[in-house]
Amino acid sequence: MTIETIIKLSYLVSAILFIFGLKKMSHPRTAVQGNWLGAAGMFVALAVTLFDRSSIHGYGFIVLGLVAGSAIGAYFAKTVEMTAMPQMVALFNGFGGGASILVAGAELGKLLVHQGPDSARSDVLIATAASGLIGAVTFWGSLVAYGKLQELKVFRKPLSLPGHQIVNGGLAVLLALLTFWLVQSGGSVSAYVLICIVSSVLGVLLVVPIGGADMPVVIALLNSYSGLAAAATGFVIDNSVLIIAGSLVGASGVILTQIMCKAMNRSLTNVLFGVMEGGGSTADADEVYANVRSTSAEDVAMILETAQRVVVVPGYGMAVAQAQHAVRDLANILEKRGTNVEFAIHPVAGRMPGHMNVLLAEADIPYEKLLEMDQINPTMETVDVAIVIGANDVVNPVARTDPNSPIAGMPIIDVDKARTVIVIKRSLSPGFAQIPNPLFAADNALMLFGDGKQAVLEIVTALKENM
Amino acid sequence: MYQSRIHSWCPLRLFASTAMLSILLGLSTSLPATAQNSHELREAAEHLKQASEKIEHFVGTPAEIDRDSLAIPSTGTDQQPTEERNVGLGTLMASLTIFVLAIFVGFELITKVPPTLHTPLMSGSNAISGITIVGAVLSAGIDEPIFAAILGLIAVALAAINVVGGFMVTDRMLSMFQRR
Repeated sequence: MTIETIIKLSYLVSAILFIFGLKKMSHPRTAVQGNWLGAAGMFVALAVTLFDRSSIHGYGFIVLGLVAGSAIGAYFAKTVEMTAMPQMVALFNGFGGGASILVAGAELGKLLVHQGPDSARSDVLIATAASGLIGAVTFWGSLVAYGKLQELKVFRKPLSLPGHQIVNGGLAVLLALLTFWLVQSGGSVSAYVLICIVSSVLGVLLVVPIGGADMPVVIALLNSYSGLAAAATGFVIDNSVLIIAGSLVGASGVILTQIMCKAMNRSLTNVLFGVMEGGGSTADADEVYANVRSTSAEDVAMILETAQRVVVVPGYGMAVAQAQHAVRDLANILEKRGTNVEFAIHPVAGRMPGHMNVLLAEADIPYEKLLEMDQINPTMETVDVAIVIGANDVVNPVARTDPNSPIAGMPIIDVDKARTVIVIKRSLSPGFAQIPNPLFAADNALMLFGDGKQAVLEIVTALKENM
Repeated sequence: MYQSRIHSWCPLRLFASTAMLSILLGLSTSLPATAQNSHELREAAEHLKQASEKIEHFVGTPAEIDRDSLAIPSTGTDQQPTEERNVGLGTLMASLTIFVLAIFVGFELITKVPPTLHTPLMSGSNAISGITIVGAVLSAGIDEPIFAAILGLIAVALAAINVVGGFMVTDRMLSMFQRR
């Protein structure tokens, strides 16, 4: 058996490990193991590649890159706050895309130097173009997404260029022409560099106009792109493990994107190119909020004392206020009193798919308590108290009642059907959809104004005093 | 247990059509340069070439025989065929098949992941997409041309951040789910 065969077989082993790893991701109990299987697959693929003496002549650069990259990656992974997870994932994602651009570029260089111009096969060149294109869109798109999630000043407001769809379309046409040039010229380096530059501009322009609440969709989509970039690189270097791993990730990102879009009742095109219309057609905020009743932590504690079943609905505001641990304390004290406490999580709550689940898991809330929208909604009438913390649009009944509203048809958590709703919020300011929420003025709703964490802690204190 | 129902298979169709497109593109552009990997095929082609030369010799109509279409790089010599020339249409088709099938496997696997695990799934699959590190290592290890090796070095570093950071952060998240 030649070394080449051994390497190819090992790549197959690592592809199998990736598949089993992802399979084990389907349950929280086995997921840790699944992640390590994936890591083992990566280790196998990397380790056998190092024995490929036909391509590798020196180890200096490899070791340098591996040590530096691993150290940086490990540092980030150990120190990042759980609330900052979306931007961390965006950043890592971007680095993967960046690697694809560089590998395809290096391959093109190797090809031209070793075999001279005109030696490249057209399909390899198409793959090179795809690798550079998807890689650059992923890299820059992810960096912009990172900036937005980190709330860097430049990206505070969703920036909308006049006619940005036309600009994007023009860039896409330009990219097709450049790809044609790259193939026709038999691997022109200038064509490749231009492809990367134009794709970078496209990547920035695609993500810049997208607002915060649409971020789950964008991150899922970029995740998909990073996989496709890796697969394209696999076509460039003719390596099946890259193709398999890349397409697995690509498929994963597409599914998540679709789930997120569905949870907002919007198409992907609408998220990427559509501008959320303001709530001009719907009722005026002052009118809607005429009968808002505000309450105090002590009153909330009293209501909770008699409750049998409590459901907490968290939103991005809980992450901002870092209130997850306080919420855990509240749940614990209520459970001790015999109240049944559950968490209802909307698919697009937070800034990435599953964001709320991770925060609540960090606060040691068992995953059995985290219910999906479809599970909780049919039983909402039997809920005594629904506590909405830092969520707005995902509990806005307008989505059900007003067909003209910008969020019409979006599936929501029906907290308005609970006997009492307590909304913990800083103010009556609108959510991402920029429309007033009639829930806040409903007869069964009480507003508890204040910082999420502070408010929950006050309720906990009040409950303890009355015990 | 959660069962995510994907009613519309739009993305699948998209993928399938993209794949078909790539196949067509690949066919139309790489046919003339086709060279087969396998020895037998190369030998068979060699025979064909010799036969065509004989025909040419006897019949004497060289213009009618398109010898370019039978041209094989470095046949009959022991010289190592160049890597890029060596892989041909057969490999491309095999790669495309793998690509499309792996996407189907991906769909099957990911549909079963509950929403609770979507964030770890993303960061974990993200780490897997760092598999580009294999290509990066192959570039960083060459000595000629040096700029390709430098691109490789940066690519190794970026991919390593992606891989190491991704798997570690996923482990951190998942162990929180497992604590109870």
